[in-house]
Formats: sequence, C-alpha cells, structure tokens
Amino acid sequence: MDVLKKVPVREQEPKVRAANFAEVCLGYNKEEAMEEAERCLNCKNAQCVKGCPVAIDIPGFVSQIKEGNFEEAYQVISKSSALPAVCGRVCPQESQCEGKCIRGIKGEPVSIGKLERFAADWARENNIKPEPAAEKKNHKVAVIGSGPAGLTCAGELAKMGYDVTIFEALHEPGGVLIYGIPEFRLPKSEVVAKEIENVKSLGVKIETNVVIGKAGTIDELMEEEGFDAVFIGSGAGLPRFMGIPGEQANGVFSANEFLTRNNLMKAFKEEYDTPIMKGRKVAVVGGGNVAMDAARTALRLGAEVHIVYRRSESELPARVEEVHHAKEEGIIFDLLTNPTEILVDENGWVKGMTCIRMELGEPDESGRRSPIEIPGSEFDLELDTVIMSLGTSPNPLISSTTKGLETNRRKCIVAKEEDGATSKPGVFAGGDAVTGAATVILAMGAGKAAAKGIDEYLSGK
Amino acid sequence: MYPIVKKKKLADKIFLMDVKAPRVAKSCLPGQFVIVKMDEEGERIPLTICDYDKEAGTITIVFQTVGASTQRMESLEEGDSFQDFVGPLGCASELTDTPVEELKKKKIVFIAGGVGTAPVYPQVKWLHENGVDCDVIMGSKTKDLLILADEMEKVAGNLYVTTDDGSFGFHGMGTNQLEELVNGGNTYDLCIAIGPMIMMKFVCLLTKKLEIPTVVSLNPIMVDGTGMCGACRITVGGEVKFACVDGPEFDGHLVDFDQAMKRQQMYKTDEGRSMLKLQEGDTHHGGCGLCGGDK
Repeated sequence: MDVLKKVPVREQEPKVRAANFAEVCLGYNKEEAMEEAERCLNCKNAQCVKGCPVAIDIPGFVSQIKEGNFEEAYQVISKSSALPAVCGRVCPQESQCEGKCIRGIKGEPVSIGKLERFAADWARENNIKPEPAAEKKNHKVAVIGSGPAGLTCAGELAKMGYDVTIFEALHEPGGVLIYGIPEFRLPKSEVVAKEIENVKSLGVKIETNVVIGKAGTIDELMEEEGFDAVFIGSGAGLPRFMGIPGEQANGVFSANEFLTRNNLMKAFKEEYDTPIMKGRKVAVVGGGNVAMDAARTALRLGAEVHIVYRRSESELPARVEEVHHAKEEGIIFDLLTNPTEILVDENGWVKGMTCIRMELGEPDESGRRSPIEIPGSEFDLELDTVIMSLGTSPNPLISSTTKGLETNRRKCIVAKEEDGATSKPGVFAGGDAVTGAATVILAMGAGKAAAKGIDEYLSGK
Repeated sequence: MYPIVKKKKLADKIFLMDVKAPRVAKSCLPGQFVIVKMDEEGERIPLTICDYDKEAGTITIVFQTVGASTQRMESLEEGDSFQDFVGPLGCASELTDTPVEELKKKKIVFIAGGVGTAPVYPQVKWLHENGVDCDVIMGSKTKDLLILADEMEKVAGNLYVTTDDGSFGFHGMGTNQLEELVNGGNTYDLCIAIGPMIMMKFVCLLTKKLEIPTVVSLNPIMVDGTGMCGACRITVGGEVKFACVDGPEFDGHLVDFDQAMKRQQMYKTDEGRSMLKLQEGDTHHGGCGLCGGDK
C-alpha cells in the first residue's frame, strides 16, 4: 500500500455507465474504508475541519472508522451535518476539507468525502437514525424550501426541540437534490429520500405544493398561522440566457429545464409521462457542475455531447471529479469557445450554433483571467439541441411579497452570514436565495448558522 | 392528496372538475393558474383557474383532452384525487389591481375562444361582483362545443355567442363579431382575449387596427411554474419573459405569437407517440419509438 495515495474507489466502467443512470461511484466497502482511514494523521490542529462549512469533526469520525466503529462514526458526523450521504457525494472536497489535508502536501489527501459517504451509507443500510430531541420547545418555525439549506435548518431546529414545518413549492421535497443533481451522481430513492426521512424522523413536517409568496405570504405565516420565526431557503431562481439570436428556438433549453424533466419528472424512465428532447448532437454552454450534470444526462439519453466554455480548463468551476468523469464518458470539451448565435431551421428548430474562439486576457474581478474574442475565428457547430447552463438570477416571488425584506443590487435577500438574520425581525435566510447559485454544502452551512440564529432569537424572546 | 368533489362533462372532450385545495382557494384571484399532477408518473399540467369557492376551499378547473396526459386525467372521477395540485401561480389579472371606480368608467370587451372561455369566466364574474358590466364574445367551432354559456349569461353585461359553422348564434369568429360591434358604433377601451394562440394572434391584429389595447393570457409549455425552468419563455416587446412568473397575461400587441406557436409544437411528436401507445393499449407492439417493441 502506497500511503501517499488514496485507496482507489470502485466505479462503473465509463463505457457501461454512459448508457445507464445508475450511480457512477460505487463507494468504499468496510475494508477499503478502514484502510483509507489509516492514512489520517489525526492532526491535533485539524485543518480539514476549518475547510468544512459545517465544521464536521473529521479526525473524530475518521478515527472511528479506523477502529471499525461505523455507527459511532455516523453519530459524530450527524452532530454537524443533516445530510452526510449527500455531502459525501456532492461536496467540492478538493477545495474544502481535502484541500486543507496535511497528507495533500506530499501526495494525495485523505479521501474524506468517500469516508463520509461510507459512514452515512453504512448507517442507512443498518437503519441507524439520528436522535430526536428529548424536550420540545413551545415555538413554531416555518422553513421555506426543502433544499439543502432548508433541510439542514429544519433538522437542526428540530434537534433543539422546535416545532418545524417546511413548505416546498414542488411536489417532492429535496430542492436541487431532487430536480437538479442527477441520479447517477446522487441516487434519489436510496439516498436523498432516506436523508429526508431522517430529517422527518426528528419531527419535521413537510408540506409540498405550497408556493410561499403565492399561496400565502411570510407575513400571513407569522400573523395568521402562528409561526414565531421563518427561514427562507428558497434557492437560486430564474435561469439566465445569453441574449444571443436564436435562443428562443425549439431545442434550446435551460439546464434547469432539462435536468428537471429528467430528474424530478423522471423523463428518462419509460413509464413516466413527461417528455424530454433526447437530441442527437447536443451543446451544453457553461462549465459548472450543473453544466456537467446536463451534459452527462444528455449523453446517457444517447446524444453526442459538447461542453462549450469560454475560458480554459483550469477555470472550469465544476468539481474536478465531475470533469474527470465527463471526459471518461466521452463528453467533448470545446474550451475557449463562446457562442454568438444559434442557427435555426425554417420550422423554428435548432440546426447549429455559431461560436467564436477566445483567448485569456487579464484577470477580472473574480480573479479569473477574462476571455477575449479572437477576431475572425467564428465557426459553426452542427447541433439539434443547445442547453444553456449560465447560472441563475434570484426569484422575486418571496422578496416582492414580504414587507420589509431587504434585497441587494443583485436582488438576493440580504442576510447576515453569522446568523442568517434579515432586515425583517424573525425572518432568517440562507443558501442560494442569499448568495446566488453556490454549492450544496455552503447552503447547508448557512442553514445551520440560521438555525443557531433562530434559536438565539426565540430564546431571547 | 387533492380530492375531486365534482366532475362534469361540458362538451365532447371538455371536462370541468371542482378540486379541494384550501390553500389555493384562499389566495387565488382571477387570471391565475394551477399546476396539477395526477399521480407519480404524471406530467405537471398547467391549467387556468375557472372558478373558486373560498369557503368550500375548492378550485374549478376545465380541461380538454388533447394528449395522453389529459386523456388519462379524464379517467378520474368524483371521489378520486390528484396527487399534486399547486397554485395559485402567475400574476392575477390587472383588473383586480385597478380601482373599481376606474373600471366602471371603462368599456371592456372579452373575447373567449373554445376552452379559453374557462379563464375568461372568473374575470367577468369578478367584474360583475364589483358592479362592472362588460361585453363578452364567446365562440367555438360548433354549437356542441360551447361551454359555460349559462354561467356566462348570468355575469356578462352583453353576451355574444359565435360559432364558426353558424350552428348557434353569430355565424363567424370572435373577430368578425367584434368588428361588427365596432362598426355598429360600440367603442372599447380594453379587450381581453383568451383562447387558442392563433385566435389571440388574429384578435390582436384586429384590435391593433382598431386601436383597442388588448390583453392576452398565454399557456405555453411549462414544467415547474415558479420561474425555475424557463420552458415558458416568450418574447414580448423584444424582451424575454417567463409566462409563469411575469404572466400569464401580457400586452397582446407586443407578443411574438409566431414564435410562441412554434415553441408550442416542441413536444408534439413525443406527445403524439405516447398517445399512440395509450390508444393501442395491450395491442401496442411498437411504432411509438419509445417502448422498444419495434427494435
């Protein structure tokens, strides 16, 4: 065994998985997990914990795995995270815990994400549940949105004894975990539904099909339905488009639409009614995790898929593992390339896309080198489907219907980072509704901070 | 679950249902819509709200069976339930935001085509309850397809019924009737047209000529109905709008109808295929391109 390297994790073969929606990564078994856990140096001043937005006691749970105490490992994680089986799969570990691991200086860091996943999966398979609160508190809290921020906030509050109800706009709880992240990266019925069951087993109620801002407002929840505090975790919102000619053609989708049809509505399964354009030749515009998800979904539906991204590979915002998997599966990366027009046939359908080559100039405000067009380098890609994955802008549904709720220049809800407090007393917010599109774990971190903020607000009351 | 408390066949392939959904009924206003989903496998189907009873907590929906999903919905009976029923979605009609005194000064005409009569009805009813009388032109292809005529009669100031084939009322289309009314000396400050896309397009061409401001209600392809997916995007006055959050009502003179009609065709093929499968039932052995039976 080479201690400088991670214990390799078993995965489905690229050729096989490119044609199915089953999970790509198969995870560690007991022996592999214990062997990988041996690599942890159990640092006194653990840097990895500082890299974790919810501050999981990483050396604590890893050392339990080392000893073969898997239930204890799970309980250590549960103290800090409501969704460990999810985080083990979708967190950008390379820029968080694993990015700070001392092992990473000389060799590969400890595979913390895979170990977290192992502990959570083991607990689920062995029917271990988090402990509900011993004492109930006499306060009702409403949580808007059942994505990572809302589930975490609700779970934390329930553990403290609060009476929590989540209001979810869609017909299934889970938010982006259900509509956005595909099955092959995050299994829905085995993993997401079970994590949500765990949150419910803490006493959290979930009411689906309720769009707050339309079917009642936050003010009504507080004044008429007796909620003492509200957490807004309503997510990112409206998909952005480029504003180039041809974008309204048939065959142009937002990544949100494409993924929602496939994931939430399960269009890839024959027995479900919702249709999806399978496409023969698909371009996905963008380079984030959502772009990778859309590309790999289109590939599994049978298309040849191109990622069209205006910067170079090192600027791709997606997790390293996603890019690696996408390449293995045969996604073609057209980097330093930007669309200028979508070409439309006489019936209004996409027939291609004109792109221009880019080069990198000086760093912009995000610190990334900004792409500049190379004059005269236009070329056409022949396509039948274009999927725009350019991020989102905030949904005004809640901010426009809640009195005294401040938003910023980008129309995101203004909330304090340390406790999620907004400009409106008793109303807290976190996740993408506050930050704009970010990651699952950052939303969870905000949900957790807000739970603490709500507890302080209500105990002071 | 959202139980169906009443079901009524209004005409061939057109059904009315009252569905118990107290949260929706409590907040909804004319012009808004709901999304229904029958069961686990069902699609999310957007439907305009035809009526509501805040005390009983029910919403009235009207739908026409056009594809596999609505055909499946037709099989639901009183006592059955929708698994999911969400709303109210979209913005309420601008009328509900306008002071009643101002509305009383306005001469308003509605043009309802086919199933578009259903979303026109709550607006006319709301105006009637607020003491505002308006003219309503409602039309269909033929007499047997007319819906909600008696209900409309009770709330409309003047009701003009048209049929394309002349089997009942005025022989012609809503546009012909409007032209005749205007030629006969009627003047209108506002027209609200709801019906098939092609009808709304022609109403708008006419009212532009007649210089009558016109509002239309669009029902494009949708998935979530809360602004998340962008499937319902349309071009209005050169700007991209999402019908589910910015609409469903828009200034008809600014809507790009040709583009909207092309976008509506998007899933026609797939929809047609699943229809084929449904109709053939147990005898279906391929040809739909979906089941794999023809491999």
